[in-house]
Amino acid sequence: MNEILPVESTLVNQPELELCFESVYHGFSLQVDLRLPGSGVTAIFGHSGSGKTTLLRCVAGLIKAGVGRLIVDGQVWQDEQIFLPTHRRPLGVVFQEASLFDHLTARGNLNYAVKRADRSAPGVDFDQAVELLGLSQLLDRRPAQLSGGERQRVAIARALLVRPRLLLMDEPLASLDHARKQEILPYLERLRDQLGLPILYVSHSASEVARLADHLVVLDKGRVVASGPLTETLARLDLPLQMGDQTGVVLAGTVIERDQQWQLVRVEFAGGSFWLRDMGHAMGDRVRLQVHARDVSLALEQNQQTSVLNILPVIVGEIAADESGGAALIRLHIADTVLLASLTLRSVNHLKLRPGCQVWAQIKSVALIE
Amino acid sequence: MMGFSDADVTAILLTLRLASVVTLLLLMLGTPVAWWLARTHSWLKGPISAVVALPLVLPPTVIGFYLLLAMGPNGAIGQLTQSLGIGTLPFTFWGLVVASLVYSMPFVVQPLQNSFEALGERPLEVAATLRAGPWDRFVTVVVPLSRSGFISAAILGFAHTVGEFGVVLMIGGNIPGATQVISVQLYDHVEALEYGQAHWLSAAMLLFSFVVLVLLYSFNRRYPNPLRHGASSGSVQ
Repeated sequence: MNEILPVESTLVNQPELELCFESVYHGFSLQVDLRLPGSGVTAIFGHSGSGKTTLLRCVAGLIKAGVGRLIVDGQVWQDEQIFLPTHRRPLGVVFQEASLFDHLTARGNLNYAVKRADRSAPGVDFDQAVELLGLSQLLDRRPAQLSGGERQRVAIARALLVRPRLLLMDEPLASLDHARKQEILPYLERLRDQLGLPILYVSHSASEVARLADHLVVLDKGRVVASGPLTETLARLDLPLQMGDQTGVVLAGTVIERDQQWQLVRVEFAGGSFWLRDMGHAMGDRVRLQVHARDVSLALEQNQQTSVLNILPVIVGEIAADESGGAALIRLHIADTVLLASLTLRSVNHLKLRPGCQVWAQIKSVALIE
Repeated sequence: MMGFSDADVTAILLTLRLASVVTLLLLMLGTPVAWWLARTHSWLKGPISAVVALPLVLPPTVIGFYLLLAMGPNGAIGQLTQSLGIGTLPFTFWGLVVASLVYSMPFVVQPLQNSFEALGERPLEVAATLRAGPWDRFVTVVVPLSRSGFISAAILGFAHTVGEFGVVLMIGGNIPGATQVISVQLYDHVEALEYGQAHWLSAAMLLFSFVVLVLLYSFNRRYPNPLRHGASSGSVQ
């Protein structure tokens, strides 16, 4: 069998997701052809109307794409001959709004999944799901007696309890206020870090994506604009249209030093380090940092007379000028790490910035997002 | 103090038996019809809805007339029942059952259809993502979530069957113990100028209808949404 397969197929030995859909649905055309990693969180990012929910519904089998090929972990869910109905697909779905069954208690909702779960598949059992999502106090309540955030936690536990091989989340936080989002995000991180279950996470929130995703797919008008590992993809220059004000990079780092006097910690990443406000992390903790392009300014000399804490020597890479907007987006290299800076064209001209220039990047703010 | 005569009691029991059988059958037949009407995008939805709703607007005698022909020896239903060796249905209890099914169908289908429509797609999609197949979804999600619609449909179907007169007269005539229901018995009393007997039966029917409606409306208050439509399904929509 192997010898007649094309070379690239034999190279793929890691479990993965192959998604290929061509569909016109209610006048909206979706055309995607994606290969995604079989583990971690893949964020599907885009504005409303970009087709991200439609894509998720195609994966779930709730919409039948005219032409489609969907292979999850080596199992064909859809091709020319096969179309598995939703209830035969080993997936879990968390919808945007509360989707609990009103006629059942929280426990009843969870048991609905337990009864239908594929017991031979690996996954969490009832007690583990209750523990993971912190539901022990809520089990005997009806959905109407739960807050929005609690309902969503029950819905997530319920989706896990069917023992899915793929978890789909359709903007699970979008209908919650800021405080409720902050309440749920840590649970989602635990899910990602503890279960090893591939998650497709649809979102239009750049901050959720930065915090949760390992892999990023950007959709626009039903087409894939970008797909790749999060850090790499965010550092591309052709995406500010989609990311807007949130354009920036995400870096993985390690906490290596604490300054008790000024309550700061130093986080080291590949190529340098940042001082950040101490949020109580332990030495050696792995963290994610987000640096927005709008918070990075450049100087030709190392300016000591400044309140900016983090000043790093960088090498200018590609410059993408947006002539009509009078702005430019610049890639900055520090060893293997890439930062983005957003400047006016006038500044680019004034500083005579060219690819290869050595400059100082002043980073006004670095967010620790996890 | 007169009370009910033996014939009255027979009529009351017969009526209750008829209404119970019809309600049970209507829930079984009406549920798939209502489900189809609530979900379909077919062009047939309009015509089928109209057929189901016809008894709301037609004089019962018209329905009775056509049913009499259909169930007679030369009618389609008559041919079928004869070939099955049951004989013909007019002037039998089961003839009344068939006629009542047609006559009371809209009172069962409309509340069910309304509560199925109010349900929306989401609970079914959720159940599908939890590995529930179509039948499983219907039994474990649709039925419990449409409970108020089913109760409303049963009450209306039962009450409407108890109250029918014109169709019964056309199909069943007036055979004690087989087709002589309360409304026909009442008509007999009045024709025979037995006003005292007529008062007893009428008062009983009035009380029954009042209690049914009180039940329905108090139930409506507890479970507002789907039943709103249910209770008003007597009007043509």
